Amino acid sequence: MSPEIKPDFLISPEGLRVDGRRPDELRPIELEVGVLKTADGSAMIKQGKTHIIAAVYGPRELHPRHLTLNDKAYLRCVYRMATFSVPDRKRPAPSRREREISMVITNALEPALFLEEFPRTVVDVFIQVIQADGGTRCAAINAASLALADAGIPMRSLVPAVAVGKADGVLIVDLGDAEDKYGEGDVPMAVLPSTGEITLLQQDGSFTKEELLEAIQMGLNACTYIHELQKDALKRAYLRKTPEKEDEDEYEDDLETDLGESELPEEADE
Amino acid sequence: MAEGRYRASVGTYSQDGRIYSSLVGLAELRGNTVKVVPLEGVYIPREGDLVIGTILVVAGNNWKVDIGGPYQASLHANNALRRPYDDDISRYMDMGDVIAAEVIAFDRNTGPFLSMRGRGLRKLTDGMVLEVSPAKIPRIIGRRGSMITMIKNRLHIQTIVGQNGRIWIKAPNTAILRIAIKAFRMIEEQAHTTKLTDRVSQMLDEELRAIRGEKEAQREATPELPEKGAADAEGATAETMTATAAETVAEATTGTAADAKTEPGSQAEANTGTQSGETLTKEDDDKEDVSE
Amino acid sequence: MGDFSAETISHIDRKYVQDLLAKGERVDGRAFDEYRDIEIQVDVVAAKSEGSAIARIGDTRVIAGVKVLVGEPYPDTPDEGVTMITAEMAPIASPLFEVGPPKEDAIELARVVDRGVRESESVDVKGLVIEPGKKVYMVFCDLYTLEYDGNLIDACSLAANAALLSTKFAEMKLEDDEVVPTGRELEIPIKNLAVECTVSKIGEHLVVDPVLKEEMVQDCRLTMAVDLNDHFTAMQKGGGTGPIALKQVEEAMDIALEKAQALREVIFEATGRRIG
Repeated sequence: MSPEIKPDFLISPEGLRVDGRRPDELRPIELEVGVLKTADGSAMIKQGKTHIIAAVYGPRELHPRHLTLNDKAYLRCVYRMATFSVPDRKRPAPSRREREISMVITNALEPALFLEEFPRTVVDVFIQVIQADGGTRCAAINAASLALADAGIPMRSLVPAVAVGKADGVLIVDLGDAEDKYGEGDVPMAVLPSTGEITLLQQDGSFTKEELLEAIQMGLNACTYIHELQKDALKRAYLRKTPEKEDEDEYEDDLETDLGESELPEEADE
Repeated sequence: MAEGRYRASVGTYSQDGRIYSSLVGLAELRGNTVKVVPLEGVYIPREGDLVIGTILVVAGNNWKVDIGGPYQASLHANNALRRPYDDDISRYMDMGDVIAAEVIAFDRNTGPFLSMRGRGLRKLTDGMVLEVSPAKIPRIIGRRGSMITMIKNRLHIQTIVGQNGRIWIKAPNTAILRIAIKAFRMIEEQAHTTKLTDRVSQMLDEELRAIRGEKEAQREATPELPEKGAADAEGATAETMTATAAETVAEATTGTAADAKTEPGSQAEANTGTQSGETLTKEDDDKEDVSE
Repeated sequence: MGDFSAETISHIDRKYVQDLLAKGERVDGRAFDEYRDIEIQVDVVAAKSEGSAIARIGDTRVIAGVKVLVGEPYPDTPDEGVTMITAEMAPIASPLFEVGPPKEDAIELARVVDRGVRESESVDVKGLVIEPGKKVYMVFCDLYTLEYDGNLIDACSLAANAALLSTKFAEMKLEDDEVVPTGRELEIPIKNLAVECTVSKIGEHLVVDPVLKEEMVQDCRLTMAVDLNDHFTAMQKGGGTGPIALKQVEEAMDIALEKAQALREVIFEATGRRIG
C-alpha cells in the first residue's frame, strides 16, 4: 500500500532522470560478502533501494535423486521475493515470474562455473529479495555470483549484470522502479567479463536495432564497472577478517601452509 | 583474478595462454607452477585423507558414513573389523557413532570408500567434534604439523584433525577445551593472514594464564555438588577418565582400530551412557596421535 | 559450514552437551537462564513496507515486514480489522531447511508467533476499521528466517513485535465508495505486548534460548508468551516428543516471567515506542 505516483517525466528537460542520475549512471551499489554464517557462501547487495541477499549451499547431496547429473553438479537457483518487498503484498507462494527468473539466473551463472568438478551433487543458490525497487534479477546475479565465489565454487570469473532501458526515448542504465514500470523498455543482461560473452539477455518494450545494440554496449560498459566492485567486495571480505596492522601487501606471501602438506604420510595430489 | 605465465595447477585454469585463478584463495608459486590455495569450499574427498565421520545407516556389511560435503562414504566391514565378525555389524558400530577413518578410494562415479585399518583409526566415544571449514584444515595443521603440534603440546589435549573439516578434541577439562576451540576458530577466521602461529601462541599464553588465576580462586570455594547422585558420579567419572587418558603414553595398536573384542558391549552402549563410556575408554588406550 | 546430517545426531554430540549440562555448563559458556546477544533493527525495508525489523539472537536472524492493505472485514466481525502473521523457514537460512512448500515446523512457527500476538490482543483490531462492515485495514506481518542457529520462535516474536510497533501507514477514508488517502499517517493501535520465551528441556535440565546443537539433543521445548501484565497468553510444547514434568513447567514459567521483562525492554528501545 506504499503510495505509487506516476512521475510526470522520466527524463527532465536538463537530461536527468527521476532520481537525478545521468542516463549512463548506475545507482549506488553496496556489496558485502559473507553476510550469513550458516551458508557455505553468501553475499548482500544494495543497489539503490533494491536489497537482496544470496546464499550458496554446496556442492552437497542432491535431493530429489532423479535430478542427479553424472558429469557435473546440478546448479539450482531459487529466486524468491519477500511478501513485503513490493508496494502491494506479494502472495507468499512462488509465482510464475519468480520461477522464470530463477531459471534465467541459473543460465546466467552456470557458464562461469566449473561444475564438472562435482558430479552427482547440487550447488544451491538461494536468492531472497528483501526490497524490490527495479533491477532485482540483475542485482540478484551480482550477489549470487559473489556468494558462489565465497562458497569456493571454482569459476572462470564473477558474473556482473545490469539492466539497460529506455525512458522518454533516452537509453538509460540500471533502471529504477519507476523507470521499469513507466519506461519504454528494459534489457537485463549479464556478462562473462574475461571474454565479453553474454550469459543473460532479455528484452521487453520497443527498441530499434540500433538502440538495442547501443543499449547492450552501454550494459557491457556498466558490467565492467560492476565487475570491479564485485572483485573489490571479495577482497574486502578477507581484509575485514585480517587483524589490524597488517595490510594487503603482506597478504599474499610468506604463508606457512601449502595444499600438499597434510598430516598424512602420502598425498593423492598431482 | 590472478594471472601468470606459468604451469597451471590446483585451483587455476588457463585460457589463451594465461593462467587465471578459479577460486578465492592465496596464489602460490613453486618453480614455474602456479596454484591457488582455496580459502573456501566444502569437503571433496581425496585418497589418503583422514576423515571423521558419523555413521548414518547400517546396510548389510557396509556402513554409510556422513563425512560432510556432498559425498556419502561407504565403509565395508572387511575394512573395519577383524574376521570372523558377526553378521549383524550394527553390534560393532551403529547409527550415530563417530569414527576416524581413511579414504581409500574415490573416483567420482562411485562414492568414497573408507577404511579403518591403520594406526589410530577407530571409533570415537568421548570428547567432542568441532566443525571448521575444510579449506582451512591445511592451515590448522600447519607446515609439517607445526600448528597442531604446538596447540596439542601447550594445551595437553588429544586431537584428530580430519581433512573433512572435523576436529576431534578431548581435553582434560572444559576450560582447556574452550581454549582449544578458540584457537581453532581463530585459525579458521584468519587462515589467510601471516604470522598466524605467533598470534595463536600468544593467545594460548594469555588464556592459560587467565585459567591459572581462576583456578587458584576456585580452590578456596567448596565445589558444588549436583543434586542427583547419578549425575554426580557420571560427572566425576568423566573428569578422571579424561585426565588419565591425557597422560597415557601413545601406544599403537597393531590390528584394526575398531577392534572386535572391544565391541560385545556396544549394543548396550547406545543406551547406557556412563557404563559403556568406561569400557570403551579402557580399550582405547592407543592414545591418539595421528597428526604427527 | 553446512554439513549437518539432519537426522542422525552423533553420539558424541549428545554426550558432549549432556556432560556439560551435568557440570552446570553450556556449549557456548552461557548460564542456563542466559540469552545470547539480542539486537533489533527497525525500518530495514523502509521503501516498500509499512513496518519492518530484523531481530538477531546470537547467530539466529529473522526479518519481519508488515504490509497494511485495505480489505473487507470478515462477515462475523464487521467492526474489526484483520491481522495475520506468517513465517517461512527458507532454505537460505540453514542446510536443514529444504526447498518446497512449508513443512509442519514452519507452520508451527508461524502459528505460535501469531498466537502470541493475537491472544494477548496486542493489536486493537477495533481500531483498524475504516467503515464498519465495508472497509478495514488488513495487517500482514511476514517473517523470513535469514540465519538459523536455534530458537527461531523467540527471534520471530521479537521481530514481529518490533515490526508491528514501528509500522506507520497512510490513513484512508471512504468517499463515495472509493478508498482515498487522508494524507495523515497512522500507527497500528497496540494496547498490549506479549513476547515469547522458549525454554529447552535436555534431560533434567532447563536452558533458555537453546542454540542449534542444544535443540538437536533436547527432549522438548516449551515456548511461553508473556504479556505486559505478566499473564501467559500462549504456550506451546514442541521440538520433540519428550515429556516434561509439572515441576519443570513451573520452573520454565518462572524463567519466562523473568526474561520477558528484558525482552520487552529490547523491543521498546529498538522501536522507540513504549506500551503500557
